[in-house]
Amino acid sequence: MSAEEHNHPNASKYFKIAIILCVLTALEFGVFYLEFLSYGIIPILTVLSVGKFALVIMYYMHLKFDSKLFTYIFLAGLFLATLVTFALMILLDWF
Amino acid sequence: MKTENIKHEENEHSYTGLNSKKLLMWAFLGSDCMFFAALIATYLVNMGNNPPGTPFPEDVFSIPITTVSTFVLLMSSMSMVLSYASLSQNKIKAFRVWLLSTVILGATFVGFQIFEFYEFSHHEVKVECGDLIDASKREKLTDLQVKIGDEKCIEGVKKVSEKVPLTPQVNLFGSTFFTLTGFHGGHVTFGIIWLLSLLIYSFKGNVSPLNLDLAALYWHFVDVVWIVIFTVVYLFGVFPGY
Repeated sequence: MSAEEHNHPNASKYFKIAIILCVLTALEFGVFYLEFLSYGIIPILTVLSVGKFALVIMYYMHLKFDSKLFTYIFLAGLFLATLVTFALMILLDWF
Repeated sequence: MKTENIKHEENEHSYTGLNSKKLLMWAFLGSDCMFFAALIATYLVNMGNNPPGTPFPEDVFSIPITTVSTFVLLMSSMSMVLSYASLSQNKIKAFRVWLLSTVILGATFVGFQIFEFYEFSHHEVKVECGDLIDASKREKLTDLQVKIGDEKCIEGVKKVSEKVPLTPQVNLFGSTFFTLTGFHGGHVTFGIIWLLSLLIYSFKGNVSPLNLDLAALYWHFVDVVWIVIFTVVYLFGVFPGY
């Protein structure tokens, strides 16, 4: 076992993260049906989704505890992926 | 012998001081992000460019069902990480139980996806003719419901329906949706096979925490991709102003 693995959270922490993920998903579901929010649901759902994404990669994929190089490699891919998405959308007149 | 194997694997470090297999897995996951980004962008750009009379996202998506399948996948991520934690502490029985739970939850998610695909390919649009007359109810109907209702509702008819299946050939929404979610489902299925093979190998004593860690990284990645798909494809897809 490497030194980093000793710093990984314990089972109770993983349970807590799972509960937070469930609550965030339930919030997404609830917010979706609040018609008065109109276009306001877009930033709200985006924030909730990013929060879930961050929790999984930080705690379940251990990026918070492992070498920073793993984070940089993954974020580089994620940054390029975001760039690809927006480039395609601009190129094909989505906006 | 088994202990020697485990030691050997964990010492396969690159010049960075990090395990080279793990480094490669992260590089793969980074590149897979771009693969899914291309599919998501293609979906977003094309989902609205459909001929009239064919299904749009708001006609076919069932948000409650997809929310349940999202819960299932999130729970599979939890059981996966608990399986890893158990193996790291040498609790073999707990490791197997959690790993099997992950496989079952993953298979349940794939089951939801197959059910969804089946429903979409047999989709039937139903319209209460009375809703077409009431302005407040009419504005809540989808364009396809209004079209079918206007065509079929005649005096004395209360309810009409028409089969409007969504398949990859029907429109661009269908093509891009099935490609995106199909590839995701393929990733989940591959993950299930990988985890099952680890479970079987565990009875021969050949599973090290590193082997499981690599599979776990892949599994959690599939989960985070679904987090994005659920919001961008399903929730934004049905939102009328998007």
